[in-house]
Amino acid sequence: MTAYWNSYLFVVIFIVIAIGLPVVALALGGWLRPANPYQEKLEPYESGAEPVGSAHVRYNARYYLFALLFVVFDVEILFLYPWAVAFHELGLFGLIEALIFMAMLVIGLVYAWRKKVLEWK
Amino acid sequence: MIAFFSWVHQALTWGTVLKMVAGALIVLFFLLGAVTYMLYFERKVIGWMQLRIGPNRVGPLGLFQSFADILKLLAKEDIVPAEADKPLFLIAPIVAFIPSFAVMAVIPWTASHVFTADIAVALLYYLALSSITIVGIMLGGWASNNKYSLIGGMRSAAQMISYEIPLGMSLLGVILLAGSLNIVDIVEAQRRFMWFVVPQFLGFCVFIVAATAELNRTPFDLPEAESELVAGYHTEYSGFRFAFYMLAEYLYVFAISCLGATLFFGGWSGPLLPGWLWFAIKVTAFIFFFFWLRATMPRIRVDQLMSFSWKFLLPLALVNIVLTSIIKYWVNAG
Repeated sequence: MTAYWNSYLFVVIFIVIAIGLPVVALALGGWLRPANPYQEKLEPYESGAEPVGSAHVRYNARYYLFALLFVVFDVEILFLYPWAVAFHELGLFGLIEALIFMAMLVIGLVYAWRKKVLEWK
Repeated sequence: MIAFFSWVHQALTWGTVLKMVAGALIVLFFLLGAVTYMLYFERKVIGWMQLRIGPNRVGPLGLFQSFADILKLLAKEDIVPAEADKPLFLIAPIVAFIPSFAVMAVIPWTASHVFTADIAVALLYYLALSSITIVGIMLGGWASNNKYSLIGGMRSAAQMISYEIPLGMSLLGVILLAGSLNIVDIVEAQRRFMWFVVPQFLGFCVFIVAATAELNRTPFDLPEAESELVAGYHTEYSGFRFAFYMLAEYLYVFAISCLGATLFFGGWSGPLLPGWLWFAIKVTAFIFFFFWLRATMPRIRVDQLMSFSWKFLLPLALVNIVLTSIIKYWVNAG
């Protein structure tokens, strides 16, 4: 049990350091770097031309479809990970069960394919 | 010396915590040094491949070039565009960086677990945390209020979520064979059996392609396609915030190389040489491979990019899982 909690504490320490490094580095960098903003410098860089309008616009819905597909298959992976770990104990039942599960997702993929969601045009 | 830092089986006192912090800080400084010299290594390797010399002015053989670059970035102004969403713009590179270092907690550097958290869900932890970086990249692209940044950020997110599926699935074959998510156990399983690259060759092929895309490296570097998008999501970033984006990117190259070496090539195990040296050799080979790709391959088109993941890699990874599970069942039963 000691090893278990110690290992997770080690992970927490890594995350704390990961937050600490950029915060400290950016704070300390404040002493070193110049700060001389003026209007031309603060404009968005769009290859030298003056930017027209805001970039906060409605965006292509195609990305949304890929995000939906991603959620479906990411959850599938999440379900399959514990299955893969316990596979040697589950026997034939576990194998067939997972094959049916994957087959249903393949049907979903084929549907998206036929509906031309996977095209990028 | 290593035994002094050992904390795994010790009761939790402030002394133990101090040892853990020392271990984590050693990993941090080692990684910062490693990334510094990866930059140098990349420029030299690509230089040689293109019949150039590469950096050779700062220090002997240009060895201090990367330090000079980092110092320069530290002394540069931190520009926040007037139209940008300021709070998001400021935290985005930090959000992108945090998971890139946090995933290193589960990398088994050597046989002794002084610098490694020996947790049971290590592989899941890696995948879960590494996807948070996508949020940091999208935030940066959106908050900049620059059209190129926005396109770069959106492309980046679409690409990384698309290739995360085959990446996660290619690892399933390894988990099936090892019967564990614990990276240390996976190395042990390979010591008993053989390097998983042999039985999981298909899985390894999917892994290496998906990993390259996940890292946004050539030939999948569309989010940063400089000839069409200036610099992609970090166009508006300067100084040290830009540096943190780059640091995260190179830490991921290192982390994926470690993961590939551990899951498919037996990690620190090997004959004669000490474990850490074997690990270093394998990881360096992976890193070299990614740099080699950059010098060799042209960038692929955006329409090819998305359909390649969903129409080719994903079915291939599924076939790999089905084959692996059936063969494993058959071998176990027979």
